[in-house]
Amino acid sequence: MDGPVLRAQGLVKEFRGFRAVDGVDLDVADGSVHALVGPNGAGKTTLFNLLTGFLKPSAGRIQLGDRNLTGRRPEQVARLGVARSFQITSLFAQLTPREHLQLALAGGSGITWRFWRSDRALDRFSVRAMELLDQVGLAAQAHIPAGTLAYGRKRALELALALALDPKVLLLDEPTAGMGVEDIDRTVDLVQKVRQGRTVVLVEHNMNVVSRLADQVTVLQNGRVLAEGPYDEIRDDPRVIAAYLGEAPADAGGGDAHVAN
Amino acid sequence: MILSKLAARPVLLLFGLVAAFALPWLIYPPVAMDIACWALFAAALDLLLGFTGLLSFGHAAFWGGAAYAAGLIAVHWGVPFPVAVLGGALFAAVLAVPIGYLSVRLRGIYFAMVTLAFAQMVYFVVNQWRDLTGGENGLQGVPREFFGMDLSDPFFFYYAGLPFVLLGLFAVWRIVRSPFGRVLVSIRDNPARAQALGYPVERYKLLAFVLSAGLSGLAGGLYAISHGFASLHEVYWTTSGQAVMAVVLGGIGTLWGGAIGAALIVELNDYLATAGFTETGLVTGGIFVVIVLVFRRGVWGTARDLIAARAARRSPAAGTDSAAAQVEAPDRQEVTAR
Repeated sequence: MDGPVLRAQGLVKEFRGFRAVDGVDLDVADGSVHALVGPNGAGKTTLFNLLTGFLKPSAGRIQLGDRNLTGRRPEQVARLGVARSFQITSLFAQLTPREHLQLALAGGSGITWRFWRSDRALDRFSVRAMELLDQVGLAAQAHIPAGTLAYGRKRALELALALALDPKVLLLDEPTAGMGVEDIDRTVDLVQKVRQGRTVVLVEHNMNVVSRLADQVTVLQNGRVLAEGPYDEIRDDPRVIAAYLGEAPADAGGGDAHVAN
Repeated sequence: MILSKLAARPVLLLFGLVAAFALPWLIYPPVAMDIACWALFAAALDLLLGFTGLLSFGHAAFWGGAAYAAGLIAVHWGVPFPVAVLGGALFAAVLAVPIGYLSVRLRGIYFAMVTLAFAQMVYFVVNQWRDLTGGENGLQGVPREFFGMDLSDPFFFYYAGLPFVLLGLFAVWRIVRSPFGRVLVSIRDNPARAQALGYPVERYKLLAFVLSAGLSGLAGGLYAISHGFASLHEVYWTTSGQAVMAVVLGGIGTLWGGAIGAALIVELNDYLATAGFTETGLVTGGIFVVIVLVFRRGVWGTARDLIAARAARRSPAAGTDSAAAQVEAPDRQEVTAR
């Protein structure tokens, strides 16, 4: 693991006097899995939106390698190699998973400007699309509208879409949110598989998932970094325990128990 | 079911073409031409409303702007009418670049209001610039020149103008089913997601806006040549409203539905006018309300849903997809249980 691939310095986002993100410094090491945790309202999703250009920071700077990402638009950030998934499943209801993947893959090719051509021109991306769907276990449902997919399958499609951009940095916003145990295991395996050759930043509430995936954990509270370090250190940090107390101590404990098993 | 679906398409296409060619035999030819023009106008608007998710309330600027542009070209340069019509379409597309640039970043009702405001500005200019446009009198004496051929009979002119309408409808169909059209649908369904996939959403919307305006202009230019004049009514906001109404009546996002809605409105307006009934708005408005309440998805959209539902009932295989989705649905319940 070399220097930081993604770096935020003094990041601030203010909404009408309320500082959702209040001076965050973040260094994400190249090739690592970096988890952002913290109680609800800690600023995790806001930070994600800042890193991906969906929100403009009130102050601070974001860098990808030696490239400045501050103030870039979401589509530019995506093109530069930072792909994201969404916390709330965010798909095109009428399109099939295969069509989703075709769109994600066609993005850089310029073919999507050709309004005079048949949409069969997108079939050239079908092979790769099916590979990606296969990777996330969606091949069997490749041809039904995404709106009719079961919840766990929609989350898998989210992940496949982000992967289709072949990003340097993959930002996953609660990839296991609302999933049952089986789907969680599947997702963890999948993230393990796709982290090869890239960097992953994830927001995650489930401490079990964090312990299994993350090399580095950043704990946020009230828009600030409360603690940072490997999971085992963070878990025993009294400040972190205090922050979570009354929030979800049972959840964190349960996760450990699961690991012990 | 797949077989019947495959067969249905050419049958519908054939039916549409036969209807298009038979129209001036069935109804008063100038009205037939009006229907054809309005059908293209509605389809062009549906490209924006149904396939990009933008409700433009200012398309009279492009329809009417092209009507005047085509009329002026024909009056002053005496060129063959197709040149004038295409010139009108080009004018509308060019006019749409600044208007679209300034409005596509807005969403929902704000987009509708801003396009309406721009259309009102166009109306103001056309109304004030009397030397050029004739003001309230409209632009009169627009010729139908075509290499010395006599096209004064509306029956024959219908067949001279129809190719432009068919070409325009084909273009709309092509755009909707192109890679570009696929991106438009994704932007309609979820703009943030489209952005996260690297698509500059506003630029795609802008091109859709310009294409829609150009095709509306094709229709408007032909309309002016057909009537032999361009009137102030073509740039008035009620024209924008009527186009939206045609799309909603026929079914948003159905493409051909707009043509049916346009035919209904034009024919009804003509019928009421010939019957000496002056309050046409009262009747069309009433019918509009009834159709919107009874057929949520418009005439064509509802018919399509009914046919699909019937086909699904006949062949049980067609239902498996949704059945499979329901079987997997317990996934979701686990979620809420946690």
